[in-house]
Amino acid sequence: MTGNKMAWLRKSEVVIAGILLLAMILIGLVNPAFWQLDNLFGLLRSNVIIGIMALGVLLIMISGGIDVSFPAFAVAAMYLTIKGMLYFDYNGVVLPFVAAATMGALLGCLNAFFVYKFRMIPLIVTLGTASMVRGFLLGVVGTSIININKMPDVLIDFAKTDIITLPQTDGGTSGLTAMVLVYFVLAALLHFVLRHTMIGRGVYALGGDAEAASRAGFDLRKVIFFIYCVAGALAGFAGLLHSSMIWLANPRDFVGLELDVIAAVVLGGASIFGGRGSVIGTMLGVFMLVMVKNSLIIMKIDTTWQRVAVGVIIVIATAITAWRDNRAKA
Amino acid sequence: MSESFIELRNIRKEFSGMVALDDVSLNIRKGEIHCLAGENGSGKSTLIKVMSGVYQPNGGEIWIDGKPVGKLSPIESIDHGIQVIYQDFSLFGNLTVAENLAMNVQLREKKKILNWKRVRQIATEAVHRLGVNLDLDTEVEKLPTAGKQLVAIARALMSDARLIIMDEPTTALTGKEVETLFRIVRDIQARGIAILFVSHKMREMLEISEHITVIRNGSKVADGPTSDFDEALISRHMTGTDITTEPYVWTAPADTTTTPPRIEARGLTVDGHFEDIDLNIHAGEIVGLSGLLGSGRTELVLALFGMLPGYQGKILVDGVETKLSSPQDAIAAGVAYVPEDRLSEGLFLTQGIDRNMLSTSYERLAPSMIIDRKRADTLVDKMIAEMQIATTSGKKMVNELSGGNQQRVVLARWLLTDARVLILNGPTVGVDVGSKAEIHRKIRELSVQKGLAVLMISDDVPELIQNCNRIIMMHRGRFTDEMACAETSDGQISSLLRTLK
Repeated sequence: MTGNKMAWLRKSEVVIAGILLLAMILIGLVNPAFWQLDNLFGLLRSNVIIGIMALGVLLIMISGGIDVSFPAFAVAAMYLTIKGMLYFDYNGVVLPFVAAATMGALLGCLNAFFVYKFRMIPLIVTLGTASMVRGFLLGVVGTSIININKMPDVLIDFAKTDIITLPQTDGGTSGLTAMVLVYFVLAALLHFVLRHTMIGRGVYALGGDAEAASRAGFDLRKVIFFIYCVAGALAGFAGLLHSSMIWLANPRDFVGLELDVIAAVVLGGASIFGGRGSVIGTMLGVFMLVMVKNSLIIMKIDTTWQRVAVGVIIVIATAITAWRDNRAKA
Repeated sequence: MSESFIELRNIRKEFSGMVALDDVSLNIRKGEIHCLAGENGSGKSTLIKVMSGVYQPNGGEIWIDGKPVGKLSPIESIDHGIQVIYQDFSLFGNLTVAENLAMNVQLREKKKILNWKRVRQIATEAVHRLGVNLDLDTEVEKLPTAGKQLVAIARALMSDARLIIMDEPTTALTGKEVETLFRIVRDIQARGIAILFVSHKMREMLEISEHITVIRNGSKVADGPTSDFDEALISRHMTGTDITTEPYVWTAPADTTTTPPRIEARGLTVDGHFEDIDLNIHAGEIVGLSGLLGSGRTELVLALFGMLPGYQGKILVDGVETKLSSPQDAIAAGVAYVPEDRLSEGLFLTQGIDRNMLSTSYERLAPSMIIDRKRADTLVDKMIAEMQIATTSGKKMVNELSGGNQQRVVLARWLLTDARVLILNGPTVGVDVGSKAEIHRKIRELSVQKGLAVLMISDDVPELIQNCNRIIMMHRGRFTDEMACAETSDGQISSLLRTLK
């Protein structure tokens, strides 16, 4: 199967990659410091969290849905896990990440339940669950930030792992965090699931035509629960990883992040109408978004203007993909 | 006669007290092309769903291969080799032809991991079996309707089908595509696969099938070999009434010189579409406009409705010269237009009957910016009664109505504007026989009683012959012929149309 289909996919991604390269060259011309390894390592590091969340959003968008609840799920899973670790005085890495992912998955099930059972619009469902979860977290669990002095050291040490370390001119070192490997492995897994498993193709089928998918024999309940639980698990996992990387756990974190992540996924060529999108495209989209925001910071542009930039990106990228999809239908 | 493949005996199906099927029996023999005829809402779809296992009947028996099957689930139905090709084809537009063809086989084999090589293999075999040429790597939504249908048929054949049920397969096809489809259907039959052709188009049924079963209001009213049927008989069974076709006669009033025509065009020209058109239609006349697609007929009526404001020449309504630069001008002058595709151009599908009917009358109903609700409601109720629209309330969504009823809503809207000239473009496309006759009767009645001048475009030649007093032929932007219907036959016009190519 591959011929044209892959060619089309490649084409869509080649376009994104081409634009990305062009943008990198432009930014490099304005600011030669951009090409320093130090800066590139930093960029890749900033890809990790948004990237992992974007994988979940991609999954949901291919199925024809949308998710704005993942930042809330991420923050809840992260804060509860760290609180738990402190309470039980637990010193391990694997179990906390499993716990955070599980919490995310359970919250994702809540989304899936409303989407499947009541055929509700995913935007409304996830707006509601996001608000519920955030409110519950602050109201019941607490509002205090857990700072570096209380953060479990195991997590900080884990997130400090580098794969490459380079000496800096000023005597210090700069390294590429090993967390990018975590991100790449998760991306590779999702790519395999979407491309080479029946449930993955079921996600595309659901996004193409839900009625036809059900007639063909897909178990829509299974597919919908799979989508939202995996997206929730990815969010929970990303939440804990984020706090490990910044050495603190803030229960008010990730506000407004949904827009960045959705912008990245749309930028990566996923269709807001469902049925289209790929992991590679999404990773490119995430890189592009992070790079643009990063360059705005380097150029000392006010953070309020960064919001404008993200807004512009989401509108333009959506317009382009919508135009592409409508043309395909005509 | 070969033995029967599936036999439905005295099937009864109720939905919360409403009887959808009552004592319906249907016998499909192996390798036979069988037609199931019935109007919209007669229970055809319910019967299909009983056979495909989607609905469980409340009474009656299903026999397959001479053995009774207790309960038929969707999976069991497929296992018995029953495949349904739905009107919307149930394909995935975002996936390639190959994946669409292979999806069901892979699902049936309960695969967890997808093998793309195998997908290709299955797809190649499917296309080969059907003997057609399809690019396996195209996305399905880029295919034309006929292409999508081929994919759906090829997919059905892949599941070792023994009976393929086609639900209204010719609705969106052109004449040539229908011929191709029929060739494929016969080809499938030659392999011993039975076909159930569900339709309300009589000509097609008579052409393709060997056996016809007609149902009406959930009951079987007739069945027998196709040779026992003709169009009139089928339509009598389908509608339960004789549909008489009397030619429409219009006698010019004695004083034609003093009464100007309702609408008159003099030397009407729109560059690139039509030129030098002289047309006049008197009150009470129904004039047919025939011609091939692209003959300029649609553009001509658009100009008369003010949608091609750059025309040269004159348009007179009731003898008064009127400049029609916008649909608003045309409506004010008393011209009404029912477009070709009423669903996309003429109706607000997700709005109620009332709003659809009143959409051109709101300005009159709201003299001081506030809508006179009471008057609006009475108007709607009156129109629903007058047009005999089957609904319990004026609030019912238009997309829940049948095609015939939708068309009546559009007509009602224009009657409310006190139109004097009614232009109809393909007035009964996609409407079943019974509603079609109703709409025709209504149009004739309107032109006689209200003195409307009607201009009707249609590809359905018998429709023009039966309802118009004269027919104008148009070709390459000019009027080429005009004939009185009383002296013209279907054949004459059809052959005239063929020579135009």
